Amino acid sequence: MDLAYLWFWIVGFLFVGYFVLDGFDFGVGMSLPFLGKDDISRRQIINTIGPVWDLNETWVIVAGACLFAAFPEWYATLFSGFYLALLLILLALILRGVSFEYRHQRDGLRWKRGFDAMIVIGSAVPALLWGVAVANIVQGVPLDADHEFTGSLLTLLNPYGLLGGLTTLLLFFTHGVYFVALKTDGQVHDDARRLARRSGMLTVVVAAAFLVWTIFIAAGHGSPLMALVIAGAGIAAVTLIMSLVFNMRDREGWAFGFGAATIVAAVLTLWFALFPYVMPSSTDIANSLTIENASSTDYTLTIMSWAALIFLPLVLAYQAWTYWVFRKRVTRSRIEKAAAAVH
Amino acid sequence: MDLLDPLLLARWQFGLTTLYHFLFVPLTLGMALTVSIFQTAWYRTGKLKWLHLTRFFGKIFLINFAMGVVTGIVQEFQFGMNWSSYSRFVGDVFGAPLAFEGLMAFFFEATFIGLWIFGWDKLPKGLHLASIWIATIGAWFSAYFILAANAFMQNPVGFKMAEDGGRAEMTDFFAVLTNPVALAALPHTLFAAFMMTMGVIISISAWHLVRRQNIDMMRSSLRYGLWGMIIAFAGVALSGDQLGLVMVSTQPMKMAAAEALFDTACGADASFSIFTLGTPDGTSELFSIRVPYLLAFLSTHTLDGCVEGINDLNALYATEMFPQFADQVDGNFAPILWITYWSFRWMIGLGAVAALTAVVGLWLTRRKAKRDVPVWAWRLAIWAWPASLLAILVGWIFTEMGRQPWIVFSLMLTEDGVSPSVPGWTVLISLVAFTAIYAILAVVEVGLIMKTAHAGPDPVPEPGSDGAEPPALEDTPTTVY
Ligand code: HDD
Ligand code: HEM
Ligand code: HEM
Repeated sequence: MDLAYLWFWIVGFLFVGYFVLDGFDFGVGMSLPFLGKDDISRRQIINTIGPVWDLNETWVIVAGACLFAAFPEWYATLFSGFYLALLLILLALILRGVSFEYRHQRDGLRWKRGFDAMIVIGSAVPALLWGVAVANIVQGVPLDADHEFTGSLLTLLNPYGLLGGLTTLLLFFTHGVYFVALKTDGQVHDDARRLARRSGMLTVVVAAAFLVWTIFIAAGHGSPLMALVIAGAGIAAVTLIMSLVFNMRDREGWAFGFGAATIVAAVLTLWFALFPYVMPSSTDIANSLTIENASSTDYTLTIMSWAALIFLPLVLAYQAWTYWVFRKRVTRSRIEKAAAAVH
Repeated sequence: MDLLDPLLLARWQFGLTTLYHFLFVPLTLGMALTVSIFQTAWYRTGKLKWLHLTRFFGKIFLINFAMGVVTGIVQEFQFGMNWSSYSRFVGDVFGAPLAFEGLMAFFFEATFIGLWIFGWDKLPKGLHLASIWIATIGAWFSAYFILAANAFMQNPVGFKMAEDGGRAEMTDFFAVLTNPVALAALPHTLFAAFMMTMGVIISISAWHLVRRQNIDMMRSSLRYGLWGMIIAFAGVALSGDQLGLVMVSTQPMKMAAAEALFDTACGADASFSIFTLGTPDGTSELFSIRVPYLLAFLSTHTLDGCVEGINDLNALYATEMFPQFADQVDGNFAPILWITYWSFRWMIGLGAVAALTAVVGLWLTRRKAKRDVPVWAWRLAIWAWPASLLAILVGWIFTEMGRQPWIVFSLMLTEDGVSPSVPGWTVLISLVAFTAIYAILAVVEVGLIMKTAHAGPDPVPEPGSDGAEPPALEDTPTTVY
């Protein structure tokens, strides 16, 4: 059963990866109405994530599949229980994905405007709902003795869940705006820095409230990892403030790096708070799904472990290399040149 | 029939969304290969023609790929959303191939496609070519793993039942991966995907040639498509034959249902009906065209073999093999017959039509041909792709509907797999939402592909500049959104 504990952390790692990577995609998408003053600047913004949004999004597919393989009970309860929330996320991801690929296929202003709006909605909805979902997992939801969810969509929209959603929304937004500042030049870059300063302040307030509340929830569950929960929350707070400081000093790389670190620390804090449950039941704690009663057999987990050991480092290596290949800023002049070449 | 029956709605939703996903997958599987081949030709020969073909079909590939990706995510989540009891039951076995698919296929695909789209001016030529090949192989790997997962539902292997009977537990991953159904389905599905891709290439080339545009380039792609179609059809037929043998040994009921064969028949009596008119349940026949021995041969590869009929199988299943399920299905373990009967025939028939188009095409465009290709032939050729796509879809309908009433053959009935906690109205909302959004996207996507296909390849530069570096590639729309 020890491998199940390992897999709790591997699944956590995959979700960390997903939230860090797709997190800034969401932020970049949501920043369009604030930073995209004309078509050229909107294209500049979208192109910062052009080569990578798909690989970022793939993290959630892999996280979901690994959840299925390592913790079938968790996967089954979570996905059937949070049905409508996931439906909204899926619809949003569909709209967002096709919009990236299709907005440049035609010239008309209405065509582009339409897809721009879908990018914004398609980014904001998952950014909000992922936070709601994860916060509810940590807080606990009503489960019956068969581990079936007995609530509804409204069950998820409780104060702590909503605060969680607001936190990821703001955190991803600011993180994405840092990324835009890091990857563009000219007006867009200057605006992004200014925007991050303002959204960053708000993020600090909301995230701090959420993290403190999380500490209390963990204490309420009698979490065995209390020290780590507090440390994680503390690190998340510090790194978030550091990112703001670096943003003000015009060090975009550092600001973005600390923004990423904030998401890592925040998601880990939630994972620490969850341990050793995977879905605590609010109806009767005895109905809870735990690492032990939700996991696959040792045989399956052994095979999965080998796969993760071999492939995760490889994946990280070639994805890091991809980011290296596309390290240059997306300049306004290049987009202008490209636009001119088409006509 | 209860309109808010969660089981019925969940089945419709899974069927529709999966069929929809599979509208795009075949073209991805085949077009990735095609683009890789064209780019390799450019890399080797330096001829601009190949570069233009690469970029032209590359654009079509990408428009289509985006749809495959966004609809695929839905698939990944749906097992848990709509089929939670099923997921609990098989997760220990079924999850692993899906996880491998993510780690070994999707990550590669998504990353290297990005590198390919945006890397024209950033990667050395060889590495750039390698990216598209890696993406191609990634796509094939994803097909393999998903088929291995599906094969477990058709023919469960490499597992034992948990002590409390509550779930299937994996005992042999290698057996799961080398499930004979998966090994036979993979080549069949890949060749079918190539047929569909070749159909698209033939259609597009014909569209341009009948208008006498881009003649040199389109002649090359037409010949590639025609030959490819014939080779792919040969592959489909050979692997389909193999798949049929495996199917008879693992799910004899499916073969009986494919022929609507009620009583066991041997030799000449085990005939294959090409066409039948009769009552929908096949009980009384008005008219039919039959090929004696063919069914025996398809099922056993011998002329005097026997094919078990539905009635005998039902008796066997209800009393000896699966008595514990007999009451639940009223003693009838057969799928809906008119669906299996006709989908099997349409699969083969439509595929044959597409292949025939290619044979005619090769004859008319042969080098020694005295006359120009008549216009009707060009117009006909434009229909090559819908025929092969339809063949693929009905093939899957046959496979999946033919598996009913089981969700996992011999272990779990479909009605026991559905999520107990999801009410019918919730599934109805998602079914309506997916149907609406998918319908809109289909219109947009088809419009875009037509526009791109009709616009044709970028114009070939003046003679003399052949072989020179193409002008400012990075400034074309494919590399900048
Ligand atoms: C272009 C499409 C196409 C064409 C021309 C054919 N098939 Fe096919 N067939 C498929 C596309 C397909 C498919 C959609 O790809 C399926 C669904 C599941 C699978 O693995 O492949 C399939 C399934 C499928 C199955 C069901 C396997 C199962 O349920 O376990 C059998 C027995 C065959 N095929 C046999 C044949 C034969 C004997 C053909 C004779 C030429 C043939 N197919 C042509
Ligand atoms: C891409 C090609 C596929 C198509 C077109 C397809 C089509 C369908 C259809 C039409 C149904 C509804 C059948 C019914 O309920 O009567 C169905 C059900 C289902 N299929 Fe597939 N399928 C495909 C591949 C797969 C694969 C690869 C898997 C698993 C890895 C899978 C898993 C299922 C499940 C779990 C159900 C629901 C349970 C059931 O109705 O039996 N399918 N599919
Ligand atoms: C019901 C079962 C299925 C599931 C769960 C599923 C899952 C997925 C997912 C999550 C993606 C997106 C990958 C990305 O983001 O890069 C995808 C795309 C893809 N799927 Fe499926 N899929 C199913 C059926 C199939 C089948 C039967 C095949 C092949 C035989 C297939 C082949 C592919 C391929 C080649 C892609 C690449 C993208 C594209 O096709 O455009 N899938 N699938």
